[in-house]
Amino acid sequence: MGLMSRTSNVVKAWISKLLDRAEDPAVTLDYSYERQRDMLQKVKKGIADVVTAKKRLELQTQKLEVEMPKLDEQARQALSAGREDLARAALERKAFAQQQLQGLDQQIADLQAQQDKLAESEKRLAVKVEAFRSQKETIKAQYSAAEAQVRIGEAATGIGEEMADTGLAIERARDKTEQMQARAAAVDELVDSGTLEDYTSSGTELDRELAQISASQQVDSDLERLKGEVAAGGKQKELEGEKK
Amino acid sequence: MGEGQYRLSDEAVKHLNELDDQAHAAVEAEDESQLDTLLDDMWALVRQEGEQLPDDDLSASDAVIPPSDMTLEETKKLLSPEGLIPDLGG
Repeated sequence: MGLMSRTSNVVKAWISKLLDRAEDPAVTLDYSYERQRDMLQKVKKGIADVVTAKKRLELQTQKLEVEMPKLDEQARQALSAGREDLARAALERKAFAQQQLQGLDQQIADLQAQQDKLAESEKRLAVKVEAFRSQKETIKAQYSAAEAQVRIGEAATGIGEEMADTGLAIERARDKTEQMQARAAAVDELVDSGTLEDYTSSGTELDRELAQISASQQVDSDLERLKGEVAAGGKQKELEGEKK
Repeated sequence: MGEGQYRLSDEAVKHLNELDDQAHAAVEAEDESQLDTLLDDMWALVRQEGEQLPDDDLSASDAVIPPSDMTLEETKKLLSPEGLIPDLGG
């Protein structure tokens, strides 16, 4: 059995789960229509969720792109303190984050394309549900019960296929945003742990070492200044002594 | 899937079925790139040769082509007894 017929079977099984057939075609029709309307609402909500998740990801990657120069600055600081090893660590971190971000950008673009397709599917689905609504009145009015059942089955299957398609596409888009979210969060964490904003609390090893360097530089320069002052003070005394 | 419905000539259907058999073999052989190529070809054939049905047409399809950007894993899951189609209905 080929892929197409197997896919078709999966879809049909899904549809038959969806449709409970009643004795009276009029009841089946109305019930089926109600179900379709519910599903259409769920599809709309599903698409909206994907759009929201995608927007959040876009914002997050933008934020990360802004953070990136901070790692550069960190590397510069380390280098001017003569700590090439620390500078290298900061730059490695930056390169990794950049790589991950580029991948995310591509995936966001893919997701956008999927989203456009979803919007198309949803539109098609809405047209079909509307067509079903008008057909069901015709079927009720014109056909015998047996004929009506056949027609309902056909029409509902046509709609069910579209719904199965759209539902599957939403589910896949949702999975994708979740994976991307996890990846962006990992990059986020990495970059956050590398910034030098907070010297006092929960810094990384890199932070602490840089803070130490900067502190010992301060000590050194203070020491130099004091030495100078002390020496100058001594000379002053000597000079005063000679005068006497 | 997700691209609307098309009506195909008998000849196009025959060609499509050949591609479908090869696609099935690609899934069995776990050959992802081959599967991608075949699904793309199947879609291209349908779009090129088929006549798109209007959106308000409610007829059922004779065959359903899986989405061409699906991974091998996803395709296998779709075709498994549980299927990949989520339960949108309550």
